Amino acid sequence: MLQLTQVSKLFFPGSPDEKVALSGIQLSLAPGDFVTVIGSNGAGKSTLMNIISGVLTPDSGEVRIEGKAVQQLPEYKRSRWIGRVFQDPMAGTAPTMTIEENLAMAYARGKRRGLVFGVTRAKRVLFREQLHRLNLGLENRLKAKVGQLSGGERQALSLLMATFTKPQILLLDEHTAALDPSRAELVTRLTESIVREMNLTTLMVTHNMEQALRLGNRLIMMDKGRIILDVDENRKRELTVERLLQEFERISGRKMADDRVVLG
Amino acid sequence: MLESMLNSIPGAIQLGLLYACMSLGVYITYRILDFPDLTVDGSFTTGAAIAAVMITHGYSPWLATACAFAGGCAAGTVTGLLHTKGKINALLSGIIMMIALYSINLRISKVPNISLIREHHLFASISPWLLMPLVVIVVKLLLDAFFHTDLGLSLRATGDNDRMIRSFGAHTDNTKIIGVGLSNGLVALSGAFVAQQQGYSDQSMGIGMIVIGLAAVIIGEAIFGKRSVFWATLSAIVGMIIYRIVIAVALRVPGFQSQDLKVITAVIVIFALIIPTAQRAYRQKRAARRRSAELAAVLTGDGQGGGR
Repeated sequence: MLQLTQVSKLFFPGSPDEKVALSGIQLSLAPGDFVTVIGSNGAGKSTLMNIISGVLTPDSGEVRIEGKAVQQLPEYKRSRWIGRVFQDPMAGTAPTMTIEENLAMAYARGKRRGLVFGVTRAKRVLFREQLHRLNLGLENRLKAKVGQLSGGERQALSLLMATFTKPQILLLDEHTAALDPSRAELVTRLTESIVREMNLTTLMVTHNMEQALRLGNRLIMMDKGRIILDVDENRKRELTVERLLQEFERISGRKMADDRVVLG
Repeated sequence: MLESMLNSIPGAIQLGLLYACMSLGVYITYRILDFPDLTVDGSFTTGAAIAAVMITHGYSPWLATACAFAGGCAAGTVTGLLHTKGKINALLSGIIMMIALYSINLRISKVPNISLIREHHLFASISPWLLMPLVVIVVKLLLDAFFHTDLGLSLRATGDNDRMIRSFGAHTDNTKIIGVGLSNGLVALSGAFVAQQQGYSDQSMGIGMIVIGLAAVIIGEAIFGKRSVFWATLSAIVGMIIYRIVIAVALRVPGFQSQDLKVITAVIVIFALIIPTAQRAYRQKRAARRRSAELAAVLTGDGQGGGR
């Protein structure tokens, strides 16, 4: 489904601030894989997301989606295959536009945006149905501006918008990190059910170790632009947060440094 | 004095309708795309010049007005290209285009001003009182409809959250170019109407148009607030009519002369920009003070505090 071959990315090349963001990343996701990604500060997790989604282009290496090399395609063209939820709840929705208008824009993913009305009666029925799954009562507030929603509601809506057109790949970039614990739990639960129901190939960055172990069928650990640990479903079930941290120390030779790390 | 002020109002309303397409154009760039576009000062004259030249060459005034719209769209498209493909700052790309248009407009009209008095222009056969309300309503409704299409939604989202709409596959360079193009088309359309109504086109008639457009948009917002697209386009139109009335009345005040027009406009815009910001800051401060007093009361009430 998704293949990264020898992907490298350098920031500020040639300057004193030169930084290896990714170096020789090899990663292959099978359809339906739900991979959680953990790592210390500056490990390259977000860069990996940006390389896959097309916000950044790799300096070298290949990104393939369903066998098609896409590393030269700009973000707006790749978004046909990729749904994305950002860390910032404000980032995934347009605040001055209504809930139904936001959903209509998400619905047009991969289609030509022409001069037909974005919100039609038929689509509104679909939107209500989809919003109902969130259990937040948003289906009765189709004409409310998204800016009036709380952070948790906006993030739940972002998740729905990113997924309800069934993208080939779903990228979640610490999408629960900015929410308070109960809202984060809600969005995590929604993520789990949506990914399972639609069988989406998912890559989820998190700094919550417990979440990383609980969710998904595979876990990768990154450090200094490399994937240093790749744990499959069977081994993942036996892992604990302490063992995970020990693994990190053993491989990288230092303690996991992430000021936001949540042990669970 | 009062009587002369009242007498000036009908003329001001008519002028407001003639300029209303321009404020709708400015609304698209300034409010929807968040792109302060100074091309307007040039493209207004472009519209007037194209219409005047074509009418004096015997073309139908309808065709001439339509071509003025197209010419404005072309000018705006170039500004959009400069900003998106050339990565030039929004303000600067508008200024560059405005300067370039100054020469281009002279090339179009050959002379600094063209008289239309003896020509067969739009208002020679139809009263502006009949035509302009119709035109403004049709343009407004078409714009409202456009902003609810898939393309229109992505254009609005471009100004609201461009990162988000890119992640759903809209090309934000294109939406910006379309928006700035459409905006300047409307501005040029307005220029064509104004030239025909006043009976001449003039090389300098576009100077200060952007500020007048901004004044109209901001006055309209102050009255109607920020609500749906329907109200926003309506408020741009009503804002322009009110601006024209304010100017007409102000010029009847003894001591003011017609050359004071631009400084009065500037003062209106300054107040219109400062007052809402100051109001908002005051309201936020008051709300914050009240809320922290509440929180303090809660804290001393249960003695424990803590939590979130």
